[in-house]
Amino acid sequence: MERVPILKIGDILLVSIQVDMSDQTAVQLQEDLAERIVDTGCHGVIIDITALDIVDSFVGRMLSTIASISKVLDAETVVVGMRPAVAITLVELGLSLNGIRTALNVERGMELIAAAHADELDYQLDDDPDAETATP
Amino acid sequence: MTAGIDLGHPQAQSVRSDEDVVRVRQLVRTVAVAVKLSLVDQTKVVTAASELARNTLVYGGGGSVEVATVENGRRKGVRIVFADSGPGIADLDLALTDGYTTGGGLGLGLSGSRRLVDEFEIETSPETGTRITVTKWSR
Ligand SMILES: Nc1ncnc2c1ncn2[C@@H]1O[C@H](COP(=O)(O)OP(=O)(O)OP(=O)(O)O)[C@@H](O)[C@H]1O
Ligand SMILES: [Mg+2]
Repeated sequence: MERVPILKIGDILLVSIQVDMSDQTAVQLQEDLAERIVDTGCHGVIIDITALDIVDSFVGRMLSTIASISKVLDAETVVVGMRPAVAITLVELGLSLNGIRTALNVERGMELIAAAHADELDYQLDDDPDAETATP
Repeated sequence: MTAGIDLGHPQAQSVRSDEDVVRVRQLVRTVAVAVKLSLVDQTKVVTAASELARNTLVYGGGGSVEVATVENGRRKGVRIVFADSGPGIADLDLALTDGYTTGGGLGLGLSGSRRLVDEFEIETSPETGTRITVTKWSR
């Protein structure tokens, strides 16, 4: 079985999916990522799907699950590089990528994560109960 | 792209593992490109094929997929048949409803792939299993 590599860049884990993943490979990636988030204490995960020419319900569900798992482990997930044809197809398939943040490219994704993390630090410092909290 | 694929004859792929589902996607893409579907239509038909091949594997207990080119006057298209000899689909209307699943999925495979193709036919029974034929035409 092929395995998708996970790179650590500063405080961020970068996953660039370059293969047409089998379901097993997708599930493995989910597990590997959870482990790496805990091992590294990273606060951000970027999943680059530029090379994917389709996202079906299985991979879509995997992306949602990764986003949920990383949230529980105090990391923000951003999916970047979705092709227009993939976006159109996902909508027609009826898949809503629930809870998934998206950005145009890796750079924008990094900015999103940095901003989210800065907000969170502010909140912790202020200890302000009225501050904006993440609602599910 | 695979060299030497004879587009005049249907291409068969057995579906016994999730690696085979990957092969089905690749085969359908090759044929969709050959009949000059637009990029969006290629993406739609490959996505539908991925959903249906996975159902063949998971619910049908494995089976086979056949991919062929079809012609209708000036239009060309890709036709895919997914066949298994599994238990069949007991309640077809229900199974074609968005969100209905017996397997803990999202329940979008059947209903969603029907939206992604131009023609969609199902024959299913407990005796003969399930056979789904889909067609996507070039515009
Ligand atoms: N080839 C098949 N043989 C028997 N039953 C099937 C077959 N294909 C689909 N079904 C039944 O139809 C239901 C709906 O299928 P569908 O693909 O829409 O959803 P799913 O596979 O459960 O979830 P998803 O595809 O969104 O992950 C399945 O849960 C299953 O009960
Ligand atoms: Mg399915």
